[in-house]
Amino acid sequence: MNVAAGKIIAGALAPHPPHLVYAENPPQNEPTAECGWEPIRWAYYEMQKSFKKKDYDVIVVLSPHWQTYIGTHVLAVPEFKSLSVDPVFPNLFRYHYDLKVDVDLAKQICDEGKEAGLEMQLMQNPDFRVDYGTIISCHMANPDWDKPILSISSNRSTHYYSPDYMQGISIPLGEVTRKAIEKSGKRCLLLASNSLSHRHFTKEPPIPEDMSYEHIYNHNQYLWDMRIIDMMRKGQSQEILDIMPDFVEQSVSEADSGAFTWLLSALERPTYPAKIYGYGTVIGTGNVVAEWDCDTKGAEQ
Amino acid sequence: MRPVANHPVEAGFILPGLPHPLLCPEDNPGWQKIRNAFNRVRAKIEEINPDLLLIYSTMWPSVIGHQIQSNPNPEWKHVDELFHNLGTIPYKFRVDADFANEYNKLSQKRGLHTRTVNYHGFPIDTGSVVVQKLVNPENKYKAVILSSNVYADRAETVVFAKAGVDALQEQNKKSVAIVVSSLSNRLHEKFIPANMDKIHSQKDEEWNRKMLELLGEGRLEDVAQLSRQIQREARVRKVTSFKPMWWLVSVMGAHNCYNGEVLEYQPIYGAGAGVIALTRAEHAARNLEFDEEDPEKFAGDRNVLSLSAESLGEMSSQSTVSHNPEDNEEDL
Repeated sequence: MNVAAGKIIAGALAPHPPHLVYAENPPQNEPTAECGWEPIRWAYYEMQKSFKKKDYDVIVVLSPHWQTYIGTHVLAVPEFKSLSVDPVFPNLFRYHYDLKVDVDLAKQICDEGKEAGLEMQLMQNPDFRVDYGTIISCHMANPDWDKPILSISSNRSTHYYSPDYMQGISIPLGEVTRKAIEKSGKRCLLLASNSLSHRHFTKEPPIPEDMSYEHIYNHNQYLWDMRIIDMMRKGQSQEILDIMPDFVEQSVSEADSGAFTWLLSALERPTYPAKIYGYGTVIGTGNVVAEWDCDTKGAEQ
Repeated sequence: MRPVANHPVEAGFILPGLPHPLLCPEDNPGWQKIRNAFNRVRAKIEEINPDLLLIYSTMWPSVIGHQIQSNPNPEWKHVDELFHNLGTIPYKFRVDADFANEYNKLSQKRGLHTRTVNYHGFPIDTGSVVVQKLVNPENKYKAVILSSNVYADRAETVVFAKAGVDALQEQNKKSVAIVVSSLSNRLHEKFIPANMDKIHSQKDEEWNRKMLELLGEGRLEDVAQLSRQIQREARVRKVTSFKPMWWLVSVMGAHNCYNGEVLEYQPIYGAGAGVIALTRAEHAARNLEFDEEDPEKFAGDRNVLSLSAESLGEMSSQSTVSHNPEDNEEDL
């Protein structure tokens, strides 16, 4: 086993509001915007610079918008080329994607998960449409799309039982992801594609990018977001996992997807600080762009 | 009182949206029975020969109010995000875009936040695709598909349904209403051999049987009144409330005067799949307890504890109920 070669080089919280890609106006996206959500987009720019300096082979992303109620699924078709239309915000996100998948690593994570007793399945249907959470997080982290990706589904165990039960699946899933990467010999970047607090406004302004309408949904959610970010700054990953069930339930957090728990677990519950690139709201939800650098371990901060 | 035929929604159907009856009915006798029941629904719809199918799908969640599909010819190769191994479902549907726009306009007139969606490649949900492929395989009828707003509660859902009736009346169209929903919706947490399928739990089974009993008696309003309890007892809490019966009863008429027919009930991967038809009846069934004498006009509290045979015979809820929506309009 080539334990030394494979490695997670960094992990990041990379939320996926389609508004961010919309405001970026990349050629892949059909709708165009005048502006919008700059603090989060600028945060992504800083994280992109950090990622550009790193030597890595694959981006591994866990997306809340690939929702599987039976087990955890992993993309396992070498290439996908299609159109992704956001079912909630089709006016903002109609994105033509063309991406490559690391199928070997997908199989390794799947096998490792099964060995650990997790319910796992490879997704091998070539007509499958890659979910927009995966696409948006990957685009914002690496708009050049010059690296293969690997997408892992969100098992909806929070909805089936509770956030505690979700953690019972997501923590071992993070561990098997790390083990599979170590065995693969590949250098990987991990993205948890979730917002923090996640209560949306139920109305959209006439101009979606009119920032005079944009703010956190309520103060309770803001307090929770700031509390979690403060803990991230202090390297209190275990403590975050400890309060995750309360965070999920009280702030309607998108961490219910298991993505955040999976990330902290895969990173071995870092005790070093996360680099906070920025925080902002999108249609009322709280979004932080943050990185745990596994090499520097926050030493540069 | 106007004749029964005046209501623009001639029948209602509650249909499951999981893909197994479409893609692999032969793998499980129960899935095949559901498929056969879909065929009976198809025949019933053909008997009615509606102008359009009005489909409310619990498998299409929306956040920004309700969304209404208005692409006249949506076309795609659909793959379910969970059961992708069962195969691809190519589809091309006919959507009544004029009606969708009317429904949107009249929803907004009633104070709702709604919008139409007309985008190539918009991801129509598995349930709407499966139901259309099975009950309208040759696209004989145009359809309009409605989302289920995850944040909506009863009032918003009821008003949304009423806007649908408004639109049907405005365009003078005859429709059947279709709800795409499982009864209990908890799937098995592990993949199982097809022949091992069963309802996820005894509790789910009991609630499904209760729903089927009531619906079989035509008591749609009673089931709608139970929606919050059904949500607590028999539904995975993906959304804030169990809404489809609120929509269906409001679009058909908020009472129990229906002929209910349970065409089939089987497990599909642990969930309760019921194929249920509701058509209009002149009279509600006997010996049923209603909350109101008349859901449209308040006539005092009812004494439900000491009914004589004579008084039973005079109960307005046991008498003919108007099926004309103009007679049934109520303020919320």
